[in-house]
Amino acid sequence: MSAPLLTIDNVAVELPTPRGNLRAVDHVDLSLEAGRTLGIVGESGCGKTMLSRAVLQLLPKKAKLTGRVMFDGQDLVRLDAERLRRLRGRDLAVVFQDPMTSLNPVLTIGTQLMETIQEHLELDAPAARKRSIELLAAVGIPAPEQRLAQYPHQCSGGMRQRIAIAIALSCEPKLLIADEPTTALDVTIQAQILDLLAREQRRRHMAMIIITHDLGVVAGRADEVAVMYAGRVVERAPTQALFKRMHMPYTEALLAAIPKLDTAPHTPLPAISGRPPDPTRPLRGCSFAPRCRYAVEHCREAKPELKSAEMPGHLYACFHPIQMVEEIGT
Amino acid sequence: MATLELSMQDEVSAPIRRRRKLGLLFWLASIWLIVILTLAILAPVLPLQNPLDMDMLERRAAFSGEHWLGTDSLGRDELARLIFGARVSLTVGLIAPMIGLALGGALGLLAGYFRGRFETLVVGSMDVLLAFPPLIFALAVTAYLGQSIPNLTMILGVLGIPAFMRVARAATLTLARREFVIAAEALGASHARILLRELLPNVILPLLAFFLLGVAVTIVVEGALSFLGLGVPPPMASWGSMIGEGRDSLDVAPRLAFLPAVGLFLTVLAFNLVGDTMRALTDPRQGAL
Repeated sequence: MSAPLLTIDNVAVELPTPRGNLRAVDHVDLSLEAGRTLGIVGESGCGKTMLSRAVLQLLPKKAKLTGRVMFDGQDLVRLDAERLRRLRGRDLAVVFQDPMTSLNPVLTIGTQLMETIQEHLELDAPAARKRSIELLAAVGIPAPEQRLAQYPHQCSGGMRQRIAIAIALSCEPKLLIADEPTTALDVTIQAQILDLLAREQRRRHMAMIIITHDLGVVAGRADEVAVMYAGRVVERAPTQALFKRMHMPYTEALLAAIPKLDTAPHTPLPAISGRPPDPTRPLRGCSFAPRCRYAVEHCREAKPELKSAEMPGHLYACFHPIQMVEEIGT
Repeated sequence: MATLELSMQDEVSAPIRRRRKLGLLFWLASIWLIVILTLAILAPVLPLQNPLDMDMLERRAAFSGEHWLGTDSLGRDELARLIFGARVSLTVGLIAPMIGLALGGALGLLAGYFRGRFETLVVGSMDVLLAFPPLIFALAVTAYLGQSIPNLTMILGVLGIPAFMRVARAATLTLARREFVIAAEALGASHARILLRELLPNVILPLLAFFLLGVAVTIVVEGALSFLGLGVPPPMASWGSMIGEGRDSLDVAPRLAFLPAVGLFLTVLAFNLVGDTMRALTDPRQGAL
């Protein structure tokens, strides 16, 4: 087995705030091989975006990052600015959540696409233009040639996200980070965009990280899923294994919170009660304990470490994983 | 077997340059500006009388075939002085805001993007400049360096820097946090490229609108300074100094003050009208945001 393309090794991110240090990412270990897809799932504020920014080294200036991010044999944390700049866009690309703001409003689509291409691939203008048209066609934009002369506001949201994907793909990156790529889009467009990402990923054999709050998004598309809560990875497993048998009560609660078509009208959604813990005041015990319906005294006293389940590659951080609770109940 | 053909012809119309009615006012304003600019540029070759030649027998003469717009209180041809005065007013009025635009814009862009100690330094020094009374500054510079058009332009240009800096910095601050800047960084753009290609095209729009306002204000301020005797040195004409000289004979020949005032008023108005229309036409964000 080859060495993984990306290894996140004991990464922690701290942000100084007036109320004390905020631990946005709390010692996360993850790895991803070339051509594979990792889904990172969690609710708002659980640190998933901060983790992706840590990989890209685009954290706010005040943030403190510890640990190692090994990408393609280099430690991104210690790489100098110039080398890092060349790596970004070329080998490491990103698609942001909101296509309304991730494109420059006053530059044409053609300018924005061609600039990245010319910067990294050292092509001349006609070649860059040709490649831009190919890319727009590849992401399913009709009449790409005319689109080049248009401004972002002349395109719909789904169209803009396709353009953002085209820009991200323009230099054949080895790793694509999609940070909530469909959250700002219409439900009908979501599936199209996700399929597009999956198709281009297979075609280009690139690794991909999909960050989302929606377990449904990663279900059919990720090879492996990491569930984050309060800055930590609380469960990590191959997608099949996770959906077959989840161990962490938080994962179960996330899944239960997705609205289903077959529930009767006016049924209240089983939302997760309470709120994530204040990240400036870390809890002594399990960070999910205050909201967990299985929590016992021990959960509030000690922090569960990530440990392996019987399935290989399945890790979870819980003292009372779900199927054992059921056994106790019977 | 019948085949079902799906024609995938998505008609995307080429970007349509909408022809919009520019309006009569815009055309009138453009024509006025063109006429004034042509006259000012061609002044030395036009068959005009020397604006500095005095004729003490023909002081404050009325309109006549010889002096179309009469003469001033020293018997100088009013029409020639108006046209030569436009040269001064327009030169100062256009170049001084350019100094402000270039220096203030650059400082504001850098301060808003890099933040930190550099921003504190820039904003602090601009506050000092703003707090300094502009008249004292103009007096001090003319006292040391003398009265001349370049000095006047420099004074007005420097005085304009803080305002341009603030406009540029405010625009940059809001833009630098937008996702497209992070996206550009994530795509490997250097600081220079983010500043010049991502931020500048966005920041230049409010700056240009402010520039046109600056032209109008500078022409008026130049008039005020010349009126106070701090502007162009005496025999030379500028609209402001002509209004100042005309003040002495307001009761006998009010036209001497009113003619340059009308020229000033129409030119400033025309700059604003043209500027507004141009901005509305060129802003690619129309309908967005």
